[in-house]
Amino acid sequence: MMKVLLCITLLLVAAPAYAMHISEGILPLPWAVGWFALAVPFVALGIRQLNSLAREDLSIKPLVGLMAAVVFIISCMPVPVPTAGTCSHPCGTGMAAILLGPWISSLIAAVALLLQALFLSHGGLSTWGANIFSMGVIGSLAGYLTFKGLRAMGAPLALAAFFAGLQADWATYLATSVELASGIRGSEPFLPLLEKILIAFVPTQLPLGILEGAMTAGMVVLLYRKRPDILVRMRVIEPGEVKAHG
Amino acid sequence: MARIIGIGHRVQSAGSIRRSLAVAVFVSLVTFSLVPLTFCQSASGAETWPGVDESVVEKFASERGREAHSPLINTDQGDLLLFVFLMAGAVGGFAAGYCWRMLLEGKATGPARGQKKRK
Repeated sequence: MMKVLLCITLLLVAAPAYAMHISEGILPLPWAVGWFALAVPFVALGIRQLNSLAREDLSIKPLVGLMAAVVFIISCMPVPVPTAGTCSHPCGTGMAAILLGPWISSLIAAVALLLQALFLSHGGLSTWGANIFSMGVIGSLAGYLTFKGLRAMGAPLALAAFFAGLQADWATYLATSVELASGIRGSEPFLPLLEKILIAFVPTQLPLGILEGAMTAGMVVLLYRKRPDILVRMRVIEPGEVKAHG
Repeated sequence: MARIIGIGHRVQSAGSIRRSLAVAVFVSLVTFSLVPLTFCQSASGAETWPGVDESVVEKFASERGREAHSPLINTDQGDLLLFVFLMAGAVGGFAAGYCWRMLLEGKATGPARGQKKRK
């Protein structure tokens, strides 16, 4: 029954994509190429790591495929934010980075962003590299490092996952602001423009980041309860933690 | 709660609680998603709830002379997007089905030519 209701809900809430990705043509070509060049090594690292993991255990591929679907859906799911009167979406890269690491998460984001740019007018092909760098690379790294740092300090799983989701979301918007400010500023000073863009993002992204944190914590806790073996296999938790809590 | 109503009713009680929770989540999600949009569209008629790509990214860019271009493949024409999703689902479903055993049972390749298939 839960599954049927979830499917109906997802169908009902389907709407045109209201994105935060940088649209086609917004960035000047040199900046677009520059961000693409910066993103490529991280995506290449993701491909290499995925191939290396798949040589040891081929069942990693369905998991990566599933996470790619999750990131694709989450990152084009418009959420109305009543405090701002606008819509935006979570990123999902925090969750992907916790499970699969930041490099494979960057690869997943690249695939999701390519499909969105090609078929959903969500982002753009010329700004693909900039969007990969902000959502894929910076979002994944922020989420992964926050999660690992908090876990090393002894934080509970749910708390670490919450802050990982939160940081992944906020870091993505910070990176998007930097990309936008540097690309469109012309002769205008960089820092004041960056400040203006960041302030414009705050009413939407502040609550949305908290939502993404809660969503990430919920997904990690659900996995811990239902399939702790996946978390152990992906080295998110130690085997002893399952026994201690099971 | 199970202690109060007795062990014999435990399974049924947990099931009904889950169903109630599912209905509550469903109603909340639909309400949260649809009601604000419906109210705002009927109130002004103008576009409401714009995405931050329009309200922030494109606004700042257009103020500085950078306009967004139309997408390379514009699927916002009639039922084209539906067709694209149908094709993606068909291709994805075929690929997943074709590679199902290889992916889920860890078989790198299928049986070699000339070899009999396992029964």
